[in-house]
Amino acid sequence: MLYPVLWMVVSSLRPNNQIFRSAGLALTHPHFENYSNGWNAFSQPFSHYMINSAIVVTGAILGNLLACSLAAYAFARLEFRAKRVWFAVMLVTIMLPIHVIIVPQYVLFSELGWVNTFLPLIVPKFLATDAFFIFLMVQFIRGIPREIDEAARIDGAGHARIFFSLILPLMVPALATTAIFTFIWTWNDFYTQLIYLTDPDMYTTPLALRTFVDQQTATDWGSVFAMSVVSLVPVFLIFLTGQRFLLRGIATTGGK
Amino acid sequence: MNELRRLRGSQKGARQQNKAAFFFLLPWFVGLFGITLGPMLASLYLSFTKYNLLQPPQFSGLDNWTRMVDDERLHKSLEVTFSYVLVSVPLQLAMALGLALLLDRGVRGLAFYRSVFYLPSLIGGSVAIAVLWRAMFGTNGLVNEALALVGIQGQGWISEPGTALSTLVVLNVWTFGSPMVIFLAGLRQIPTSLYEAASVDGAKRWRQFRSITIPLLTPIIFFNLVLQIIHAFQTFTQAFVVSGGTGGPADSTLFFSLYLYQRGFGHFDMGYASALAWVLLLIVAAFTAVNFWASKYWVFYDD
Repeated sequence: MLYPVLWMVVSSLRPNNQIFRSAGLALTHPHFENYSNGWNAFSQPFSHYMINSAIVVTGAILGNLLACSLAAYAFARLEFRAKRVWFAVMLVTIMLPIHVIIVPQYVLFSELGWVNTFLPLIVPKFLATDAFFIFLMVQFIRGIPREIDEAARIDGAGHARIFFSLILPLMVPALATTAIFTFIWTWNDFYTQLIYLTDPDMYTTPLALRTFVDQQTATDWGSVFAMSVVSLVPVFLIFLTGQRFLLRGIATTGGK
Repeated sequence: MNELRRLRGSQKGARQQNKAAFFFLLPWFVGLFGITLGPMLASLYLSFTKYNLLQPPQFSGLDNWTRMVDDERLHKSLEVTFSYVLVSVPLQLAMALGLALLLDRGVRGLAFYRSVFYLPSLIGGSVAIAVLWRAMFGTNGLVNEALALVGIQGQGWISEPGTALSTLVVLNVWTFGSPMVIFLAGLRQIPTSLYEAASVDGAKRWRQFRSITIPLLTPIIFFNLVLQIIHAFQTFTQAFVVSGGTGGPADSTLFFSLYLYQRGFGHFDMGYASALAWVLLLIVAAFTAVNFWASKYWVFYDD
């Protein structure tokens, strides 16, 4: 399963004329030049694009954690008018293809002067547009015993208080799952970044990588692979540290 | 408890909750109306206009919609997308179910295998993996080198219209990890007592699989099916990177979403792109609705 990825890692350390000669994974003399060549082959060092990605990812995570948990609390714990209808609307938006809103959204953000900034990639997250995470958190909050917040209510705590000092600390596993998924999906996201970021200085990692590949026309695969590997490193690290949460998170959403 | 009953039951309590809920839901409401439902309606309106972003939209009636009838690239993109969905989703789910069953049989080091199989799902949609695929299935790529070892003359898998799409099917099947994890969770929920009872009655493994595992797993199969179909209809990154944004060779990887992108953000043909977006929405909605309708006949709920 991981063979293609391992082959890419090994190939990123091979001289160009050897990459396609061998399907094996043996590596005798690691060739680190691919990394330095690739790193400096762009108009900015590759770290520039990684930092851009990091900014977008950080904003997206903060937005999703805050906005989705607020909405989830309301759906899981409060009674309000037409609650079932709104809940159904929320579920339907999970399945909505982004293509059906992207054109007017682009017009809106370009009217606001947000094209070629990170705002179109971050602000929607603060408005809980990733409804999948609301759903995930609702399911989680429903598993927290109601007696806990009822006791706090008797002691006179309001909903804001209950949410911030009781529910939020208890839902750390769901928050962690959300943060990890947001990290990986935003880091890998290509479509919206391609649409909103056209100035090369604003490029994120996937955009830079893709431009690099199209310029290379298969001459310098070693450097291309090296930068591909670099672009995947943050995802691997997050996966390794968070896989307990990740696998549990996805499994519990799937079970009814 | 009296205090509580008063808070919950009384009109005052209800009004308070209404107010509190409004505040908790405020960001979501703004997002729902401002950047989801609002733009949806706007795109429906734009689908009846000619709009290039520079001049204001001009109402053009059904022009965009009738234009679709003769748009051969659109027809090609529909063909590409449908064949991709219909081939890659069943293969991916079969793979996911097969390995979930294997792992559930108490393989040693389950956590390790689960992670190894799951990882491709996380990176499969990335540009880096699309780049890798482009290199692996290219004319001088890894796949042909491997075939040469066993004496088979390969071909340019990505440069041949007949095989380019298949390489993307392979990529999608490779990302079977996330449905697999969901299958594994589903298998865990089947009570072992059922299997014990069945083997007392003399049912062999295959019989148990057919009469216990599959029926009890149908809700999970259904869930994965709906999700993966919706997902596959929106495939973009892989096709974009592998074909360098063209959908080639000979439009053989011209996915619907790629064509929509080309019309809208390549040619600033925003009216037509909006109409296409609604076609995609209707197709996805129809598939989901048919799925739900058909589920009555094969999905088994125990409650």
